[in-house]
Amino acid sequence: MSHPEETDHAAPIMTAHRAGLIGCRSCGRVWPESEIDCQRCGATLVAPDRRSLNAVWAWLLAGFIFYIPANMFPMLRTTTLGGIAGKTESTILGGVLELLHYGNWFVGGVVFFASIIVPIGKFIAIAWLARVAGRPATAHDAHWRLGLYEVVEFIGRWSMIDVFVVAILSALVQLGFVASIHPGPAAVCFALSVAFTMLSAQSFDPRLIWRGLPLRSRKD
Amino acid sequence: MQTEGTYDLTTGAGLVACPRCDALHVEHDLEPGETARCIRCNAVLASPRAGAFTRIIALSVTSLVLMVGAVFFPFLEISRMGFGNETSLFGVAMAFSHGALMPLTVALMATIIGLPVLRAILLVYTLLPLSRRRSPFSHAVGAFRLSETLRPWSMAEIFVIGTALALVKVGGLATISLGPAFWAFCGLIVVNGASNVFTSATTIWDAIEDGGASTDGRELSRNAAP
Repeated sequence: MSHPEETDHAAPIMTAHRAGLIGCRSCGRVWPESEIDCQRCGATLVAPDRRSLNAVWAWLLAGFIFYIPANMFPMLRTTTLGGIAGKTESTILGGVLELLHYGNWFVGGVVFFASIIVPIGKFIAIAWLARVAGRPATAHDAHWRLGLYEVVEFIGRWSMIDVFVVAILSALVQLGFVASIHPGPAAVCFALSVAFTMLSAQSFDPRLIWRGLPLRSRKD
Repeated sequence: MQTEGTYDLTTGAGLVACPRCDALHVEHDLEPGETARCIRCNAVLASPRAGAFTRIIALSVTSLVLMVGAVFFPFLEISRMGFGNETSLFGVAMAFSHGALMPLTVALMATIIGLPVLRAILLVYTLLPLSRRRSPFSHAVGAFRLSETLRPWSMAEIFVIGTALALVKVGGLATISLGPAFWAFCGLIVVNGASNVFTSATTIWDAIEDGGASTDGRELSRNAAP
């Protein structure tokens, strides 16, 4: 993959940080470093600094801690025929295996992807981005990392889909004696885990990705 | 007043910093339909659209009307072996209203119903005076910033996909019929999507500033003498 803008630029790109200025992340306006709040949109001005990564790590840890009970406790409690035909409690992974067992590959696949692959991938991706942020990198690395960050930021909210599925099933399948579904404690843990991971991704400052670039490109 | 194309590297006047990579750009007023992208990371910096404010207002009001329908009409109905159950959107949110799961009810109500409604109201409040070329309401800055902060937490479209998944899941076990609220909700997603296409945060910030709110004399003016 080539980035013509990047390779064609003989001169290094001037950033607000190098110019001794501070850019507003909410509206783009540029201010002297002494300003505290953006006077156009009122957002607090934050310099691209590795110290802001502490918030990323804190939220990420909180999200990870809640992900553990989310996988251990039951997500759904199903009662069929008044408990005669069975009373099952299924965890996230158990629910996926059950769906696959009944040949429901599509829903099983979506739930597996949204509740297991995406959260774990997100933990790894955010931890890696926070670790390498501000470290030396090439322009190519930086483009790749920004792409990864955008994917994490976009996909984060979609993990909430499993919580919604549990809510709809519990509200809908209340057929008294025949069948009823109740939510388990894992639903709350999972929702909190997703919310904390979203906050973690939001506290990551993508400008740090570009801080590690050399001041001059190799060509000059 | 700042003239177009001039900038000051000590105060930052006339410059725009990319929120993704911090690259500095000289600020220019764009024609409707043009898109400004970051020279380094290619992020969209601004993309004004002709008549965008009026359209966003119209779409926000539409989404409010649809939301009223989505909340009060029946959402889904299930029946099996003579037993039936009907649920509304409130019923779905109330699914967690037993004991320790109560806080999740509040969160679900907020993400599915509360935040989409609040964001629509905030957008109308911000843009209504601007679309008529009047000065913005006194809290327009705070209102629009809140609306932008809440954007990722408004999860109506995720809820609709979740509904579809749940239907596939129980489809084999019982007969399900979709109520008018379900279709209202689908319409809501389309309307919100269209509204997002027209929303360019930078353009709205510029308009609020040009309209006279919290100005510091830095806004671009084409008519100012050089």
